[in-house]
Amino acid sequence: MKVYLKVWRQRHARDAGRFVDYTVDGINPDMSFLEMLDVLNNRLISQGEDPIAFDHDCREGICGTCGLYINGRPHGPVARATTCQVHMRHFKDGETIVIEPWRADAFPVIKDLVVDRSAFDRIIQAGGFVSVNTGQAPDGNAIPIPKEDASKAFDAATCIGCGACVAACKNASAMLFVAAKVAHLARLPQGRIEARERVLNMLTQMEEEGFGGCTNTGACEAECPKAISLENIALLNREFIKAKCAL
Amino acid sequence: MELKPQHGLLKSLVAKKILMALTGLFLCLFLVAHLSGNLQLLIPGYNGRLQFNSYAVFMTQFPLIKIISYVLYLSIIIHVLDALVLTIRNRRARTVDYAVKSGYGSTFASRNMGILGTLILIFLVLHLANFWYKYKFGEMPYMVSPEGYFVSQKGEAIAGAVLRDGHLWVNGVDKGPAMKDLYEVVRLAFSQLWIVAIYVLSMIPLGYHLAHGFQSGFQTLGLRFGRAFSLIRTAGLLFAIIIPLGFAIIPLIFYFFPEKLN
Amino acid sequence: MKLFSISDKKLDGKCPTGPIEKRWTQHKASIRLVSPANKRRLDVIVVGTGLAGASAAAALAELGYNVKVFCYQDSPRRAHSIAAQGGINAAKNYMNDGDSVFRLFYDTVKGGDYRARESNVYRLAEVSANIIDQCVAQGVPFAREYGGYLDNRSFGGVQVSRTFYAKGQTGQQLLLGAYQALMRQVGRGQAKLYSSHEMLDLVVIDGKARGIIARNLITGELERHGAHAVVLCTGGYGNVFFLSTNAKNCNVTAAWRAHRRGAFFGNPCFTQIHPTCIPVSGDYQSKLTLMSESLRNDGRIWVPKRKDDPRKPTEIPEDERDYYLERRYPAFGNLVPRDVASRAAKERCDAGYGVGPSKMAVYLDFSDAIKRMGRAAVEAKYGNLFEIYQLITDENPYETPMRIYPAVHYTMGGLWVDYNLMSTIPGLYVCGEANFSDHGANRLGASALMQGLADGYFVLPYTIGDYLADDIRAPKIDTRHEAFEEAEKSVLERIEKLLSVRGKTPVDVLHRKLGLTMWDYCGMSRNAEGLEKALKIIDELENEFWKDVAVPGTDKEWNKELEKAGRVADFFELARLMCIDALHREESCGGHFREEYQTEDGEALRRDDLFSYVAAWEYTGHRQSPVLHKEDLIFEYCKPTTRSYK
Repeated sequence: MKVYLKVWRQRHARDAGRFVDYTVDGINPDMSFLEMLDVLNNRLISQGEDPIAFDHDCREGICGTCGLYINGRPHGPVARATTCQVHMRHFKDGETIVIEPWRADAFPVIKDLVVDRSAFDRIIQAGGFVSVNTGQAPDGNAIPIPKEDASKAFDAATCIGCGACVAACKNASAMLFVAAKVAHLARLPQGRIEARERVLNMLTQMEEEGFGGCTNTGACEAECPKAISLENIALLNREFIKAKCAL
Repeated sequence: MELKPQHGLLKSLVAKKILMALTGLFLCLFLVAHLSGNLQLLIPGYNGRLQFNSYAVFMTQFPLIKIISYVLYLSIIIHVLDALVLTIRNRRARTVDYAVKSGYGSTFASRNMGILGTLILIFLVLHLANFWYKYKFGEMPYMVSPEGYFVSQKGEAIAGAVLRDGHLWVNGVDKGPAMKDLYEVVRLAFSQLWIVAIYVLSMIPLGYHLAHGFQSGFQTLGLRFGRAFSLIRTAGLLFAIIIPLGFAIIPLIFYFFPEKLN
Repeated sequence: MKLFSISDKKLDGKCPTGPIEKRWTQHKASIRLVSPANKRRLDVIVVGTGLAGASAAAALAELGYNVKVFCYQDSPRRAHSIAAQGGINAAKNYMNDGDSVFRLFYDTVKGGDYRARESNVYRLAEVSANIIDQCVAQGVPFAREYGGYLDNRSFGGVQVSRTFYAKGQTGQQLLLGAYQALMRQVGRGQAKLYSSHEMLDLVVIDGKARGIIARNLITGELERHGAHAVVLCTGGYGNVFFLSTNAKNCNVTAAWRAHRRGAFFGNPCFTQIHPTCIPVSGDYQSKLTLMSESLRNDGRIWVPKRKDDPRKPTEIPEDERDYYLERRYPAFGNLVPRDVASRAAKERCDAGYGVGPSKMAVYLDFSDAIKRMGRAAVEAKYGNLFEIYQLITDENPYETPMRIYPAVHYTMGGLWVDYNLMSTIPGLYVCGEANFSDHGANRLGASALMQGLADGYFVLPYTIGDYLADDIRAPKIDTRHEAFEEAEKSVLERIEKLLSVRGKTPVDVLHRKLGLTMWDYCGMSRNAEGLEKALKIIDELENEFWKDVAVPGTDKEWNKELEKAGRVADFFELARLMCIDALHREESCGGHFREEYQTEDGEALRRDDLFSYVAAWEYTGHRQSPVLHKEDLIFEYCKPTTRSYK
């Protein structure tokens, strides 16, 4: 296979950036998208050129490090997959592929396709936890939790923090990310105690980081590699209303 | 954990969005009332005209309705201004845009609520100028019975009454205010093709706006519980089809089948 | 030159004595404490934010120490613990199936083929129950039964169900629990987070670990960070094989730099090859993906009885299939430990019974499970794993058996630590996979998560106080000290050396060659001849690396190739030590299978009389013969027997 790439190249945060064209041939359809970029990068390195900077780590769809905006879609054309789980068989021979970084003012570009997502860490610092010190815990079975609640909490907790929701959202909103954490903890008895402070603190931090608001387009849910449901945003809104009414 | 210092309630993006939902859903309710009122236009003959004009009197004079109408005006203003502020805030979150966008996973309506809303707002201004302003402040024809008598606001044709300052007088006795003939204004307007076209075409953005807005309002208010939400979604879609269709049918009948209304 | 020399002084693990079930309690009661007022004055550096690092950093900050925590990832939440799928063991006996602390201890020592320290393993089993409690309190959404109580499943190498899990994402959920606990401390200001930072050297002052040199991976700046103690939680070194289930950026650099500064390296040749991974599909491949061991609970492993059978697996009738694990190990069947299962797969493929395009794979078949439990039940249990498999291979495992093959997964070896988790450099602690570990020569499934969190939450926070109690009068560490000067200079020189080669060969190409060499000669089975050959090849490859490696760009920017080059340079040095260790250990045990030492039916032949010790290696210089220090292993409670799963 052969593909034509248009890749966003930006030397550093203050560089204006531009698209650069590359042609990659000899591609095996079973290659992953990132392996295709490896091939290109190794070629560039051998020619003494600067390889394309993109971030990646586990390459099995769980660490949330990789994230490329491919042909207008975060993580490319495969539903419920991260960029590293996309294989070249999902593209046509001779196709032109446009690769951009996540675009959000809260995720500034570091280099080429690498962005700074530390805003997510700061949102978690604001309240995405249960205040329990090591050693304080009662027996694991002391508080039974309905299976349904536990499994809904789990579904929300599968968020990998990749930022595809922000990338997909026309408002660059982090609502799905925030909602996933709020919902994960709000559905468990351990998380109820601080539910009010959590939802308010996390939302305030989200706004301070410069993310937009939710307009319920559903693009985040559709592009989320872990298929985190918009139901969690509804729950977040409920928690917000509850928290404000408790004032 | 400690509660961190919070922004004022109305600065919060979620609070703003909730305000959008509340005003929007209230406007949906209004649409139902408005359409059911307007459908009286389709009752043929003098009875229809009388009923519609009486309805107009009721809507402008009943105190509770008056209060509701002020809430309505306020809702529209808040819905518009809030949308404006939110849109600006949301735009600021992505100042460098993508070169290629697919729109995958979201509907056309959900991505273009601002544009759709603006179109509806333009229509609304035209619509209010056409009917509401005219009815309240402009030159209006008055209702006349088949016998040629003026009609009072209670709907009684008063023989021999003359019209002065909007009141009916019989032999110098004030028989109360006369009934304005809003029906006639509507009929005249809808006999012109360009007005009919504007009214019908404007229902398209309304339909799209509702298609997203209805269910979105419930989502924003957190009213989403398992399967019940798919009912809300379906209801929203039906609502987005039925309401604009209902509104569009009126000018079409007036224009194409005026004889049916005689 | 002699390959290595042997120290005549025995290494002391400083394990407490007395009845094994009282050792940890008595030890805790006897070690020194640091008062809250003094904790405020003490700084601790934690490197790595996987299960061990995040839990240690959070627990230390909760205690009141000033913690500085480093990770190379852009967020601590991305550490590779996140990829662990199957579960975490704990001796809770919630299933009423006869489990106990002693049984978990016994299974772990036996599973490790009697090459682990009894005292450590017992402590691990003892605190395992607390881990579950702690995680539940943090909101970790473990799988539950309809009554609302925690569910358990069974895992390889044991006969009880003691594995707690969260679908196929247990590692992720546990890591998020620890990450959130850490973020809470960062939010409070008790811990300071340095993400996108890579530790490139350890600073030792007057024989004590006093800080690190780290590179800011975004700006490329070198930074000096001082502390009263340094804790390494930097994971394993499986990426020396290039292809492994580790994340692409996992590396040995932090541990290796500490080794060069004087920390002994324990049992480097003990590598775990995981039996159920998706096979290699081409020479472009960058990484291997694990399919959780939990699949072996319900999946059956087989190969055709006929060599080069051209039929589709679904067309091969039952009586022409060889369920070789069930045949060879009737008592444990498909649930034999990892080392046994991996070797058995290799044996079948080497004998010519392998399947798939490469013939280096065996089938993992769920058709029986689907018949027995129904597709929905299989989907509920393994749905996300099946999805991963289908994404990669484009085959539907509900309809056709998965193809699997062993792959490098975990390293039992690591920096040697004593009972307090302190290395041979005072003040340098090592936790999780980075230490030489409690797993002996083979780790049982679902025990890595247990060990990482045990070290971080429940062991280190106690034992570090014993050391820091001496330091309460020590002022803040001055990073202008000449030791920092020297360390930073040596880091910079090395970076400049890497950048000055300006060769033609990309780092990956050389790394791949090194990996292949290690896989061929120091992988699932080893022999003296191969290992000696590997040592030669490693030298040649290393020469080639320093002559022809291509590292573009500069050191003052985000430069992934420079990062990779530094790591691969260390892998060459580690690879040499692994081969020396494998060569010197003339026995087969756990993941270390020396072809010269096997029984008649091909099982591992342990030689307890000669090798019942931990091999801790001392660094003496680049390509210099390392010194072997032995720590004798004494088994008072689990008497070594031939490990049998038949």
